[in-house]
Amino acid sequence: MNKFASIAREVGEAISAKAVPATAPRTPLATFTDVDKVFTNKTIALSGLNLEIRSGEFLSLLGPSGCGKSTVLKLLSGLTSATRGDIGWSCERPDFGFVFQEPTLMPWSDVFSNVWLPLRLAGVSKEKARPRVAEALEQVGLSKFAKAYPRQLSGGMKMRVSIARALVTRPAVLLMDEPFAALDEITRLKLNDDLSQLQASLGATVVFVTHSVFESVYLSDRIVVMAARPGRAVAEIEIDPPGERGENFRLSERYAELCRETSRALHLAMGEAAPGELCE
Amino acid sequence: MTRDDLVGYAVPALTLGLGLCAWEALVRVFDIPPYLLPAPSVIIVTLFTDWGTLSASLWVTLSITLKALLAAVIGSVTLAVIFAQSRLVERAFYPFAVALQVTPIVAIAPLLLIYLAPSVAVLVCAFLVAFFPLLANTTLGLSSADHNLVDLFQMYRATRFQQFMLLRLPSALPYFLAGLRISGGLALIGAIVAEIAAGSAGQGSGLAYRIVESGFRLNIPRMFAALLLISVAGITIHVFLTAFSHWLLHEWHDSERGREA
Repeated sequence: MNKFASIAREVGEAISAKAVPATAPRTPLATFTDVDKVFTNKTIALSGLNLEIRSGEFLSLLGPSGCGKSTVLKLLSGLTSATRGDIGWSCERPDFGFVFQEPTLMPWSDVFSNVWLPLRLAGVSKEKARPRVAEALEQVGLSKFAKAYPRQLSGGMKMRVSIARALVTRPAVLLMDEPFAALDEITRLKLNDDLSQLQASLGATVVFVTHSVFESVYLSDRIVVMAARPGRAVAEIEIDPPGERGENFRLSERYAELCRETSRALHLAMGEAAPGELCE
Repeated sequence: MTRDDLVGYAVPALTLGLGLCAWEALVRVFDIPPYLLPAPSVIIVTLFTDWGTLSASLWVTLSITLKALLAAVIGSVTLAVIFAQSRLVERAFYPFAVALQVTPIVAIAPLLLIYLAPSVAVLVCAFLVAFFPLLANTTLGLSSADHNLVDLFQMYRATRFQQFMLLRLPSALPYFLAGLRISGGLALIGAIVAEIAAGSAGQGSGLAYRIVESGFRLNIPRMFAALLLISVAGITIHVFLTAFSHWLLHEWHDSERGREA
């Protein structure tokens, strides 16, 4: 058993044991204090970012292109480090799962081997990984497709494989970078439903980057709206669904109200940027 | 076998058969002597009567081709792997590889024949021709792994070795195989050109020398028979390498799959 996976399980169990209701205050997991990130080409990706990520929450980062949403994920994962400021962790740095905009699967490997990859890189043999891979595939509803190759799957199914691969290490924190942006609307709604249920049952912390107001309102406990050039957080919206998240929530007056509020915050954030700089 | 397959094989076979019949008829009707243009039937008969000499030469040429191809595979993959480790090494060695590639092999052959024994020189020529496409393709393949996958491997703290074995090598495979198919044909061309340049006679001479020799003796039917064998050898190498590539890639690579309707 590798070290990361066992830590991940402990953190995961600790979080799910608490079974925090959506309204109860959550303990902070990571805190960004006045963080700057300047790339080597002098682009200022983030400037004075203050952000708190709370244990067990579904947090969306919503904003226009170039507001540094993806950079936040890279800083969290440790793939890059802050130029200035501090990123503090309340406990030992947890294990992460990653989902990108593209499914990013290895085309030469079948679904099983793609999902096995994170464990394989940690030195877990194929036989030992089998139950964990099966569990992850079941979580995304692809148990029957372990032997399929990525090219035989639809866009939505590939994304499910990508999510299974992220879940296989039982990470305490799931980082998702616009995972459904390239999918059609119907597939996207279905995956939103499934992700929402999955997160509720796993109790993992999710940091979700998106361009979509509707998606962020539907999925999140909290939305942080970001502005571009330089990237920073400008608004924070708590989402309190009247009942369970599902089709009823999507059709409710409260959902429409929250979408309006979020949309307004996003427009305000974009209005502050100079015209013509909104898009890449 | 579907109707499409039948048409796909039957049509080319039919045109080939008609072409041969026209050739045979032309020679018979105009009574063209075999030292000018032998009829297909005469070529086939020559192939059987001269089989002893021709098969020995075929074996010589084929073994040179295959040895050269094998050496090119080992050499180019080794060098490509070294290039992939360091940009500096790649920059340093690439001029040599390019210089060897752009200089026509016919021009290098006489020099090699001065330095080396004829049989070795022929092998080296075939190797040089087959080497470069493999090197260029494999080098490109090793550096063309999906950037998002590279990020993913880094996020999961993969070692350099893991990244190489699980990501870079499989990514390079289609490129390598494309290079192999090109080099398979080129190795045969290199071997033939070098044999002609070497002009080595006697026991250990290949098909190219049989052609030159038949030309001197005006034994045109044998010349055609030798040409036929070279063609068949080239086609066999191509078909074999294509099948090999299909076998390795058909599960996953777009180039090996028809588009589903």
